Formats: sequence, C-alpha cells, structure tokens
Amino acid sequence: MNTGKRQQKQRKVLLMGKSGAGKSSMRSIVFSNYVAKDVRRLGATIDVEHSNIKFMGNLMLNLWDCGGQDGFVENYLTHQREHVFSNVAVLIFVFDIESREFGMDVVSYETIIAALEECSPNAKVFCLIHKMDLVQARLRLQLFEERAEHIRAASGHFQTKVDFFATSIWDQSLYKAWTQIIYFLIPNASTIEALLQELAEVIDARELILYERTTCLMVTHVTRGWEMENPFTDRFERISSILKTHKHSMAKHTGVPAGSANFAEMQIKTSQFMFFITRLTENTNLAASIPPSEQIFNAARVNILLARPRFAELDISAKPKTDTQQQ
Amino acid sequence: TGRLPNGKIGDNKPRLLLMGQRRSGKSSISSVVFHKLPPSETLYLETTTRIKKESMHSFMDFQVWDFPGHVDYFDPAFDTENIFDEIGALIWVIDAQDEYLDAIARLNTTILNLQQHYPAINVEVFVHKVDGLSDDYRSDTFRDIIQRVQDELSDAGYENAPVSFYQTSIYDHSIFEAFSKVIQKLIPELPTLESLLNSLCSNCRIEKAYLFDVLSKIYIATDTSPTDSSSYEICSDYIDVVVDVSEIYGWDRNLIEKSSYGRGDEAIPGEAVAVEETGNQDAESLITMERKGNNYLYLREINKYLALICLMGDDSPSDKKALIDYNVGVFQAAMKEVFPR
Ligand SMILES: Nc1nc2c(ncn2[C@@H]2O[C@H](COP(=O)(O)OP(=O)(O)OP(=O)(O)O)[C@@H](O)[C@H]2O)c(=O)[nH]1
Ligand SMILES: Nc1nc2c(ncn2[C@@H]2O[C@H](COP(=O)(O)OP(=O)(O)O)[C@@H](O)[C@H]2O)c(=O)[nH]1
Ligand SMILES: [Mg+2]
Repeated sequence: MNTGKRQQKQRKVLLMGKSGAGKSSMRSIVFSNYVAKDVRRLGATIDVEHSNIKFMGNLMLNLWDCGGQDGFVENYLTHQREHVFSNVAVLIFVFDIESREFGMDVVSYETIIAALEECSPNAKVFCLIHKMDLVQARLRLQLFEERAEHIRAASGHFQTKVDFFATSIWDQSLYKAWTQIIYFLIPNASTIEALLQELAEVIDARELILYERTTCLMVTHVTRGWEMENPFTDRFERISSILKTHKHSMAKHTGVPAGSANFAEMQIKTSQFMFFITRLTENTNLAASIPPSEQIFNAARVNILLARPRFAELDISAKPKTDTQQQ
Repeated sequence: TGRLPNGKIGDNKPRLLLMGQRRSGKSSISSVVFHKLPPSETLYLETTTRIKKESMHSFMDFQVWDFPGHVDYFDPAFDTENIFDEIGALIWVIDAQDEYLDAIARLNTTILNLQQHYPAINVEVFVHKVDGLSDDYRSDTFRDIIQRVQDELSDAGYENAPVSFYQTSIYDHSIFEAFSKVIQKLIPELPTLESLLNSLCSNCRIEKAYLFDVLSKIYIATDTSPTDSSSYEICSDYIDVVVDVSEIYGWDRNLIEKSSYGRGDEAIPGEAVAVEETGNQDAESLITMERKGNNYLYLREINKYLALICLMGDDSPSDKKALIDYNVGVFQAAMKEVFPR
C-alpha cells in the first residue's frame, strides 16, 4: 500500500438556519467539548465562524457556522454568494421546532436552497428539526413528520435527496444526526469497513465500533452474529454520548481541558460480555464488544495492537487539531 | 388534619422523613434520588396532599416518607408515636431561593419538640435549590440559616442536638452526596466498613475508595481520608458509564440463542470457546489514563446492590492490578460477613 503523503480531502459543510435555531449550540457540543448546559453562554454568531476538524480517512471537515441574523443571511445571498455557496459538500439547515413563524423559515430556506443549487448542485442537504425536547414526547413524531414533509416540498432540486433528523442538545439525537452526516462525508468508508470486518473476524468480536476521538462520533461499525439482534438500536449514539459525558467528568476531576482528558483504555468485564475501548489511530478509538472470555479478551488486545499500522495508513498523518477561529 | 398514616409498627426499617414547607422540593428530591426522575421533569410534579411512603429495597431496606407541606406533625390528632417511632432521620427541606423565616420557625419548633420526646433522632437540614444562587449569596444564606437554628437551640439549652446542615440541589450531585451522609449515620456497620476500606486503601495505595449502592448512587461508606465532592462526582459518573454499557451489551442473549437454532452455522463463529468461560462473575471495570498511563478508576461489583469504586493515586502502575484483585477479593469476602445477602 502507498504510504506516501496523500491528498487531504477538504469537505466544506455549511451550517445554516434562523438566528437562535441552535446551530452554534450543537457545533460547540459536538466539536468543542461543551456540555448542553454550557451553551447558554454562547452569543449570536457574527458572520461566519469556521472550524476545521480532521477525521479518519483523509477527511478534513471544514465547518462554516453561518450566523443567522437577517443582515448576515442577506449578505451571504448577495455579496458573498459565490464565496459561501460554492464547493459545498453538505448543507445542514437547522429549523427551530418552537419557531412561531415556520412559514417564514421555509421561505428563507428556499432562497438558500436556490443559491446552493446554483453554486453547488451536487451538494447533499440535511435538515435538522431542532429543540425537540421542548415538544411533549407523544407529539414529537407527528410534528416532526409534518414539518419534514412541508420542508421537503420546498426543497426544489434537492427534494428527493434531503434527509431529516429530529434533534435536541439534551439527548443523543444530536449524535445520531451528526453520525449520519459524518458517515456521508467520509471518502473511504467502505475500505475502513472491510478492514474492520477482517479484524472483527480475527478477534472474534461481536461488535467493533470506530469512534473519532475528539467528537466521539462513530465513523463506522461492524456487527456480527447474535449481536445483530441487540435490541438497543440506538447504542452507537448512546455510546458517543456516554463517552462525551465521561470525558467531561474526567476533565473536571483532573483539572485538564476536556479536549485532552483522554483515557488510554477503558474495560468492562461481566459474565455476559467483555467490552473495551482503546486507541486505534491518531484520530480514532476502537470499541469492542466480545464474548465473556479472558482468553478472547487478551488475544483481541494483541491483535488490535498489531492491526494499528494498517488502520494508520487510512488515517491522516498530521496531528489532530480542532481549532475554531473567527474570520 | 388529614388521615393518620397506618404504618406497621415493628417492621424495623429505618425511616427517613422528608418534611418542610410546601414547594420546598421534597417530592422532587425523593423522585430524583429514588426514582431517577430527570430533574427538569420535577416541574410537573403535583403538590403532595397526603403522606407518601416508599420502601427502598437495597443493601438495607428503608422507608422514605414524603410529607405534605401543611401538616402539623405535633397536632395532638396526629399520632406522633407512629411517625417518629421507627424513625432513622428527619430531613427538613428549606427552599433557599424563597423567604425562609417561616420555614426556620417551624423547623425550630420541630427540633425542640423532638428534643423533648425523641432526642436520638437525627435532624438533617437540607438548604435546598442552591443551584439558583450566586456563590456568595449561597454561602451567606447557608450561614444565616445555621445561625438562626443554632441560636434558638442554645437559647433552649440544646447546644448538642444532633442537627446537621447540607447545601443541596437536584440539578447536580449534591443531593446524592447529602443523602449518602444521612444514610451512613443509619448503618450500624459503618465503622467496620470504614476500616475495611481503610485497609484496602493502604494495602494497595489507593487514593480513595467508595462503596456505592449502584441503583441510587448513594455511597454507604468511604475510607476515612478526607472526602471532596469532586471525587464523589467522578465515581458516581463512572457508575453511569458502566451501568449504561452493561445495559447495552448485557441484553439477554438466551432468548435469541434458543430461538435462532438452525439459523445457519455462520451465526456465531467461534463463540463456542465462550461457553466454557463465563467471564467475570462480578462485573469489573478499569480505566487507564492516557497522560500518565496509570490506572485511574477501578470498579468492582461486590454483591447484588453494592459496588466498590477506587480512585487510584498518581503512582499506580498497571502491574498493580494483581495486588488490587487480591485485596479486593479479601474485601469482598469480609463484606459477605457484614451484609450476608
Ligand atoms: N431547549 C433547547 N434549547 C436549545 C437547543 N439547542 C439550542 N438551544 C438554545 O437555543 C439558543 C440559541 O442557540 P445558538 O446555538 O446560539 O443559536 P444559533 O443558531 O447559533 O444562532 P445565530 O448564531 O444567531 O445564528 C440558546 O439559548 C440555546 O440554549 C435544544 O436542543 N433544546
Ligand atoms: N432550582 C431548583 N428547583 C427545584 C429543586 N428541587 C425542586 N425544585 C423545584 O421546586 C418545585 C417544588 O417541588 P416539589 O418537590 O413539588 O415540592 P414539595 O411540595 O416540597 O414536595 C418544583 O417546581 C421543582 O422543580 C432544586 O434543587 N433546584
Ligand atoms: Mg450561532
């Protein structure tokens, strides 16, 4: 395999939606180690805030958090039209479920969709219907579907390709949505999956999950045998959320910044399963669920160690860096 | 006053009485601590109108009685014998965000009454809802409340009444920590547990060890080195991690295994090995930190209800694991004698 320096795949992602919809809140939680209750400190975003984050598989995420106040949006659509809307891989549009002027939100969405169609016709669109925690649980699904249908109808060229998610910063729904978005962006997901599948067979894992280290978002997973019957279908985003929370409590206790409170390994052994999470590459952690056997456990750890270089080749060589700079 | 409670006499379960003004947060506390209600949902709790009794089954059984705010406990029509007879502790909840002079006046009357008739009862004052207060204001309020209670007590000649004060909120760990301390006073075996934990810590050079009731996340004992809330918090969060992951991967495979016979051999290649081994009988978990490469947190199930959690010191090389396993084994055996179930 070629180990030379490969081209880093820059992917531009626009995060848009009305002011106060929750864009910066979710960005800070997913990418900057905020916890849900910290977001009250955020002010309205002025113009665009950029963050870059490196993912496995040569992916460099170039996130544009676009302040949603009318003046800024006007500016994106006119003076900065080319600059903002060209070369977009993904547009994430956030709708506030509590908004009292949903009609207006959709109109604004339509003008943005038009600009996107013009400058980046091949972009992918994700719509997040956000702050779902504010809706009574039994009404959520229906309301979500109504809104989604309405928005889809206004999506023009992208109509058949928009994906919808109901989200809230107060539960793992946020991770579920972002996991899908990331998965869409990873250029060589199938190569990674094939490698992971191979490893899973060697170590006889029930399940292997690859997580990006900073965000704790799942890159991909392999599930084998009976584990496919696991009734907890939301376990991947649940584990993301568990890991994130743990990171925070660790940081708080040790007094280091949340970004660097990393464990080298976590293991849980019970009579029904053994589970561990360990570093796989520069940017990823591997979670493994295996049968409850000390023998399999030990062999698995050794084999993962041996597999590291092969995964590292898929990973990017540069040091991981998550920086947010004002433009 | 309302109906009398018909508590069975002689059931010997320590009783925790939750009292205080209406809307002070009593029902919220018991729902959050004992029923895992998310704190934000306490906003929808209805006012308690009659005494609500709950039995907690754990390493030790106890009852929690949630009182409506308006009851006059010393009204002659009220059977005080019945209420205070088996009591373990009286928890008096004061809303720190509200005007609290009336609450204190009632608390003082109650303490004085108890001192005359039931001097052994612990009075635990929860200065509650402190989450809404600034740090300065919070400690001023706390000091003021303590002062007002103590003045009254010494005027009446009861300087040594068993009254303790805690700052609590359902929005953080403080309510669990306060409950832990209240319950520890009701455990006769506490000194034994503490000395067992002390020797575990010194044998393995563990920084801090807690014995947790896993379900409620109340700790029933810790070694006698100084405690700080941050150690409690990290251990309590760690339990969440282990419990959550155990739920996700500990689902009942037996059902599936039986029903999916003949689904093809590829169903579970190689898992025959596992049939022989059953892993750890008692769940165990370990976290190693990246920075120093040392062991950091360790958890071990002790019995159906309790788990031991250890915070390792800085000098905790990974090869120490064998030493810990051995000593924890010893600890577990000793525990079986203290709590036979
Ligand atoms: N209840 C609830 N509130 C949320 C959620 N997400 C964000 N919020 C709140 O929404 C408010 C606005 O959030 P921001 O993230 O600053 O909004 P924004 O979309 O970045 O706004 P601009 O930067 O002006 O475009 C904050 O007060 C958040 O606390 C959610 O999932 N549920
Ligand atoms: N800010 C804050 N509010 C609380 C806290 N505990 C309870 N509350 C609120 O206080 C109100 C009254 O609580 P409730 O339990 O019904 O009081 P009770 O009448 O004493 O049982 C509810 O709206 C709770 O949400 C707390 O720790 N902090
Ligand atoms: Mg913003």
